[in-house]
Amino acid sequence: MLELRKTPLYEAHVEAGGRIVDFGGWALPVQYTSILEEHRAVRERAGLFDVSHMGEIHLTGPDAMAFIQHLVTNDCSQMQVHQIVYSPMCYADGGVVDDILIYRIGDDDYWLVVNASNTDKDYDWISGNASGYDVTVRNISAQVAQIAIQGPSAQTILQKNTSCDLDSIKFFWCQPETTVAGRKCLLSRTGYTGEDGFEIYCKPEDARHIWDALLESGKADGLTPAGLGARDSLRFEAALPLYGHEISQDISPLQGNLGFFVKLGKSEFIGREALAAQKEHGLTSRVVGLELAGRGVPREGYPVMAADQQIGRITSGMFSPTFNKGLAMALISTEHARPGTELAIDIRGKAVPATVIKTPFYKKAYRKE
Amino acid sequence: MSAVKYTRDHEWVKVEGNIATVGITDFAVQELGDLVYVELPVIGDEVRAGERLAAVESVKAASDVFAPVSGEVVEANEALEDEAGLLNESPMDEAWIARIEMNDPKELDALMDRAEYDEFVKEASH
Repeated sequence: MLELRKTPLYEAHVEAGGRIVDFGGWALPVQYTSILEEHRAVRERAGLFDVSHMGEIHLTGPDAMAFIQHLVTNDCSQMQVHQIVYSPMCYADGGVVDDILIYRIGDDDYWLVVNASNTDKDYDWISGNASGYDVTVRNISAQVAQIAIQGPSAQTILQKNTSCDLDSIKFFWCQPETTVAGRKCLLSRTGYTGEDGFEIYCKPEDARHIWDALLESGKADGLTPAGLGARDSLRFEAALPLYGHEISQDISPLQGNLGFFVKLGKSEFIGREALAAQKEHGLTSRVVGLELAGRGVPREGYPVMAADQQIGRITSGMFSPTFNKGLAMALISTEHARPGTELAIDIRGKAVPATVIKTPFYKKAYRKE
Repeated sequence: MSAVKYTRDHEWVKVEGNIATVGITDFAVQELGDLVYVELPVIGDEVRAGERLAAVESVKAASDVFAPVSGEVVEANEALEDEAGLLNESPMDEAWIARIEMNDPKELDALMDRAEYDEFVKEASH
């Protein structure tokens, strides 16, 4: 058996009774006590996540911005220093390499934060497309740990541990030169839960100190460590796409409801022609939300049916902890994608009625003022 | 009432006369985490030992529950339809899943007693 990779917080998870699973080659806790409790803690108070497995790719050089504009579908030309932009990054055929966060650290200094399981692929893709650009590409993932604190009480708790005025960090902005619990870190108001919150990037050797300090000072406000199970159920309710599910090499960002992040008005980027053609000819299939009318739990891969014909499949599905019912995101043929359309999900051979509904299921509680 | 018997798929059976009450074990529930849905069998269905009897679903995944013995389903625990979490609270008692009228009580001989099951779980988790 392959040795699983461990984050600098592995020992903390084991000590806290976390149930460790193999997550794309990483040993990470799927839960500590209960996915439902951890999910509710984040919606109502705050949760602390170890997301050190995420990858970071550092771009520097005078052509860094031009290169990023070539790589990603979103328009980064108006990005200011300390601003963050979310974007799909596509292949020439419009399939998705990954969806990433772009941090502008300095004038010619950017971090791309990528999905853990895509880090090596992304690094190869990015460096393989860099010829002709005066840019240096470095995979710094092993030198960066990441902790997310998420939920309505996240700011209150984090503020006790930093001299940085958190009100000064707006949604999708960062402060690269600050400290948490006395250790150097980069702070951003970002996350993957649909709640307000922050992500803390630090050195691996400082991660345990910051983790322990936050948990200790957050006790009074109900901060709880939360595992991958809650991370998935939280992002799912907020209809935040997960690579390999709602977007992939075979599911374009337009199909995955990320059209807002595809700026076809940009003069050039990888995948532009293919995505422009998709938009012009109309999508044959796209991702929608489904609400189960009957009993049961929709799961990834289950067929979606219209009048006994399979018209798609579920990309992510679960029993929603917030709404207490089965919800799903599904890639289905566009003709059935209108909200209100009555469909069925094949659950173990039984057709369970389901209705197309608008996403997100959970209205995101971001602080965007 | 006879002693409780156990399967390698982590079901338990309690027998009274010709009726076998079936559930999933405390160990299974602990492994599955928060249960959120139970698909109960249909009363009157004939099941064979080893076939799917029901399904239990946690937040993360669906798992089949297999019939430990052959026979006719005569009762299903409808309390679980509204409160799957009962499985987390009382897996070996209140949260029984179904009752089967057995065709062949000799099938019980193939199942484990608690000591054997505990040993089985210990080996399986190594």
